[in-house]
Amino acid sequence: MLDLSEQEIAALLLSLKIAAWSSVLSCPPAIIIGWVLARFQFAGKALLDGLIHLPLVLPPIVPGYLLLLLLGNNGLLGRWLNQHFGISVAFSWRGAVLASMVMAFPLMVRAVRLSVTTIDPRLENAARTLGANPLLVFFSITLPLAAPGILAGLVLGFSRSLGEFGATITFVGNIEGETRTLPLAIYTATQMPGGDDQAARLVVLSMLLALAALAGSELLSRKLHPKTAN
Amino acid sequence: MLDIHITLDRGDFTLTAKLHSTALVTGLFGPSGVGKSSLLQGIAGLVKPRQGHIAIAGDTLFCSAQGINLPPHRRRIGFVFQDALLFPHLTVRNNLLYGYRQLSATERRLSLDAVVAILEIGALLDKSPQHLSGGEKQRVGLGRALLSSPRLLLLDEPLASLDERLKQQILPFLLRVRDELQIPMLYVSHALPEIRYLTEHIVGIQPGFIDSTIPFSSYADPSAPNSDR
Repeated sequence: MLDLSEQEIAALLLSLKIAAWSSVLSCPPAIIIGWVLARFQFAGKALLDGLIHLPLVLPPIVPGYLLLLLLGNNGLLGRWLNQHFGISVAFSWRGAVLASMVMAFPLMVRAVRLSVTTIDPRLENAARTLGANPLLVFFSITLPLAAPGILAGLVLGFSRSLGEFGATITFVGNIEGETRTLPLAIYTATQMPGGDDQAARLVVLSMLLALAALAGSELLSRKLHPKTAN
Repeated sequence: MLDIHITLDRGDFTLTAKLHSTALVTGLFGPSGVGKSSLLQGIAGLVKPRQGHIAIAGDTLFCSAQGINLPPHRRRIGFVFQDALLFPHLTVRNNLLYGYRQLSATERRLSLDAVVAILEIGALLDKSPQHLSGGEKQRVGLGRALLSSPRLLLLDEPLASLDERLKQQILPFLLRVRDELQIPMLYVSHALPEIRYLTEHIVGIQPGFIDSTIPFSSYADPSAPNSDR
């Protein structure tokens, strides 16, 4: 069926690697922030909420450019990291992970927040009267009951990372084998004379991936259908 | 047994409660929406009173003057809710053992087997709470609270969501808990016959005001039909 070239397979695997790292690394902070936004009132909550959601409404090139200014090899934090730790994220796949995380984070936080909101806080109170400290209440009641929403957020974040284009190309460029993910490979093919066949193959591949992610999330949510509180 | 004197603010509503009782079971009688639930939440530590003190069987749980305020998980106050509030993601067995597992071996005064036998819930252990009837849920909720070896059991309208036939089925279990386990209880209800079944020590509630030094018989019409449901 799809007769993929070596470069195309490399782009596919790189996309999957970057999306997987991005989802895994975003998950714990997204759970904590989603939970905090759902359960607590505090000064600056609207500001935090707004900051997290900014990448959702900005043109993706803006977060990408800001990342470059901050973490590029001449950036404020980037130069310091490079000098003291020898870490450089600019123009590497690690930077692409970071760009994906920034773009997918609001979607994951929203999913977690929504699902924590649906948990009856009286269940958490019941656990407290039974001798569970706040940490145990979180891990034994809140987290398992929010699990379907967290998984939905993971799938959403993973899909968003697979599709990430603007922030990635701005921050880490379009380097074959390092930062050229599927969307960037499609873009490259469309810019080449006679690249239409390649672009078409990659487009079909992207659609198959997206469909697989959707089917996976549908299956998961059916399996973990939120059990109604009694 | 109970030595409580607190002032609680809930929104624009203030509750003053003076509750002194040496009885094993104390009944709290009054219509809904007069602060009964607020009082229970204050005793359990889920809401902080503005001022006052709460002591159960000689142990001070809250005292604004001395700056004592134990968090709910250290109070050992069992809470039985009107709608049971079983954890939907755990089996009946794991619901029952939730509080039990937080205790050290020396703190455990009851075994799972004993509680299961008294409440006759052995056949339900591996079920999910979704598959229980209302009366079964209430018994499991009671068992879950008992297994946390509480120093006091708060029962907040535990029978209000059950029909008459189920009420008659649960009440004998409450009697057995009282007589066989000797755990102090504060039983809140708007149905006087329920309370009378368990105790003669009854305190009436006026809107925003509870005082156990006023004899219950001096309230206007203690046998008024409970018309708020």
